[in-house]
Amino acid sequence: MARRAQPISTWPGIIAAVCIVVVVLAAFVAIGFRVEDTTGLRVAEWQAVRFTLVQAFFSALISVVLAVPVARALARRRMPGHALLVTLLGAPFILPVIVAVLGLLAIFGRNGWLNMALGAVGLPEVAIYGAHGVVLAHVFFNMPLATRLILQGWQAIPAEQFRLVAQLGLRSGTVFRTLEWPMLRQVVPGAFALIFVICLTSFAVALTLGGGPKATTIELAIYQAFRFDFDLGRAAVLSLLQLAVAGGAALLALSFLPPMVVQRGQDRVPQRWDARGWGLRALDAAWITFAAGFLLLPLASVVIAGLGGLLDMPPVVWRSAWTSIWVAALSTCLLVTIALPLTAWLAQSRKGGMEGVTPLGLAASPLMLGTGWFILIFPFVNPASLALPITASVNALMALPFAVRILLPPMRQVLTDYGRLSAGLGLRGWPFWRIVLLPRLRPALGFAAGLAAALSVGDLGVVALFADPDVATLPLQMYRLLGSYRTDAAAGAALLLLALALAMFWLCDTWGRRRDPG
Amino acid sequence: MIRVEGLRAGQGGFVLRAAFDVPQGRRVAVAGPSGAGKSTLLGVLGGYTRVFAGKILINGVDVTEAAPDARGIAMLFQDGNLFPHLSVAQNVGLGVRPSLRLSRTEMARVAQALERVGLADLAARKPGALSGGQQSRAALARVLLQSAPVLLLDEPFAALGPALRAEMLALTAEVVAESGATMMMVTHAPGEVAEMVDDLIFVDAGEVAPPAPAGDALANPPPALRAYLGG
Repeated sequence: MARRAQPISTWPGIIAAVCIVVVVLAAFVAIGFRVEDTTGLRVAEWQAVRFTLVQAFFSALISVVLAVPVARALARRRMPGHALLVTLLGAPFILPVIVAVLGLLAIFGRNGWLNMALGAVGLPEVAIYGAHGVVLAHVFFNMPLATRLILQGWQAIPAEQFRLVAQLGLRSGTVFRTLEWPMLRQVVPGAFALIFVICLTSFAVALTLGGGPKATTIELAIYQAFRFDFDLGRAAVLSLLQLAVAGGAALLALSFLPPMVVQRGQDRVPQRWDARGWGLRALDAAWITFAAGFLLLPLASVVIAGLGGLLDMPPVVWRSAWTSIWVAALSTCLLVTIALPLTAWLAQSRKGGMEGVTPLGLAASPLMLGTGWFILIFPFVNPASLALPITASVNALMALPFAVRILLPPMRQVLTDYGRLSAGLGLRGWPFWRIVLLPRLRPALGFAAGLAAALSVGDLGVVALFADPDVATLPLQMYRLLGSYRTDAAAGAALLLLALALAMFWLCDTWGRRRDPG
Repeated sequence: MIRVEGLRAGQGGFVLRAAFDVPQGRRVAVAGPSGAGKSTLLGVLGGYTRVFAGKILINGVDVTEAAPDARGIAMLFQDGNLFPHLSVAQNVGLGVRPSLRLSRTEMARVAQALERVGLADLAARKPGALSGGQQSRAALARVLLQSAPVLLLDEPFAALGPALRAEMLALTAEVVAESGATMMMVTHAPGEVAEMVDDLIFVDAGEVAPPAPAGDALANPPPALRAYLGG
């Protein structure tokens, strides 16, 4: 019986998968043991469940509703800065949540630019804290994602069809009904479902902008049960709720969740002959300006305020920056160590059915994992002493689905293109990795590592659960500065964190692209 | 020599049947219509396609179950014979040692092989910077170093123009003559290779006919081959 040429052994990948399953299951089991300690569900828990679902629904709805006209404008106009804007739509993915929150506060907060403008013309001020602040921040993060997904849908309409439209002289309204609406009907539900699932496990946004009975997500409630009441039983119950809600939603939506857009944006505008009137031009320009402003103004405010605050930063900020750097480095190494063999296994498995499970990773809750592991290790060691290694591990796990998505297609390609040749030459095992696979995979690997590093350096999640006052990553330190009203220092820390996240991404991505693989 | 006994092999519903011998040092053309199974036959011999029944022996050793690199076979495909990210010298060096950790003597052998195919000056280039003919030369240099007793060619020169293809076939004939290897090559134009092969195997609808002397077969083809050749 001859075989399909399999140049790499699959057992390291299987071991990696087993390790992940064990880590997650151990957390479940620990949570399961603690659930008995508590007495049923209270009103607060149900409120958290309801708010989690409601905010996710509105975040997804508003993101998608705003994304459609923006994507439409980007799909049919080409103007200076077009490519930059499309690239920028990918930026929120690597933007630390707490930095974005600070930027949003500068625009929409009590003393923000918006309220100053409203006050100047005598209008009442808007408040950012509470449910609508949470939704606003989620829209900030996910409207660009929705725009990219929908823009892809537009770009997938063959250019020939638009040529035909021009030939027949169809109006913009007819084009919408015949070409664009059918596409939207396919793409929009997927985008909505994806954002809904992502927002179900939101923590940092709820921590900074939400709170109180009306704006507490399940994830935040876990944290509060932990930090304020040290009620492990309730944290365990909430973790189970989180698993049921997010996992259930992800499972229900699994069939139509689109692959997460993590690839670099493609800037491709087919020539269009419809939509020529100046009214439509102005409309599109307005939408693009709105989207660019919504994305750029908060970031600009972070940079401006940060430059002033850099000198006010206490030394502890620099210390926590250093901590963040090595946590992110550790997390990235861990991710690469798991992702490469895992992807190699998936790429060689016949059906590749496992990769369909990767969207489920979106439903994974860092605080749930953290709670489980806290319960496990707490009888033996002081959990705070393991805060950073656990943070690095959880960050790596959270980045894993994205890394697999990025690495799998090129890995398959290499095996298809060079599997036969390599088998004939006896290239297998480590020489195959070294001589063929890693060099061919390098751009994708750099990109995946860059995302993982940026996600980890900006993460404010598990670390908040475990850390004691002496230990902090930069995002946590920034949160503490905000909590003690040291706004200038926090602004400086935000700029530093933004620079770190971008620098780490850029470093890895550039490493990946440095040598042309030919 | 190559011995194929009661072979049944294939993939995706296609079944190939073959039973034949090719004596040591013979050069055989494999001809037949598209989809008849020429590439499948070479794929089976090379160890890339499932064998359902039967045996393949190379120089008396049963290699039916052996890995592609453990059969004493060097093979060139229609495309993708070189790794685009490795230099020409590295690509050729893979024929000596798949780990690419070459001793000084082995590097000298690589240089010699490149010299032989006329690529001595281009050793440091990447395949992308080479012309189609030069890429074929690099692949042939690697075949030289693999020094396998059997060489299988699955139309590696199909993308080249007629003059260049003739040149490559001539170089291949020299390489084969120097090494004394047994060679099987798939071709769409048996006339083109008539000069350099001894025998011809005709493959039609999954049936592999035993090798017949090429001169006779082309001068006086049986009906199916006549229909394929168009005259």
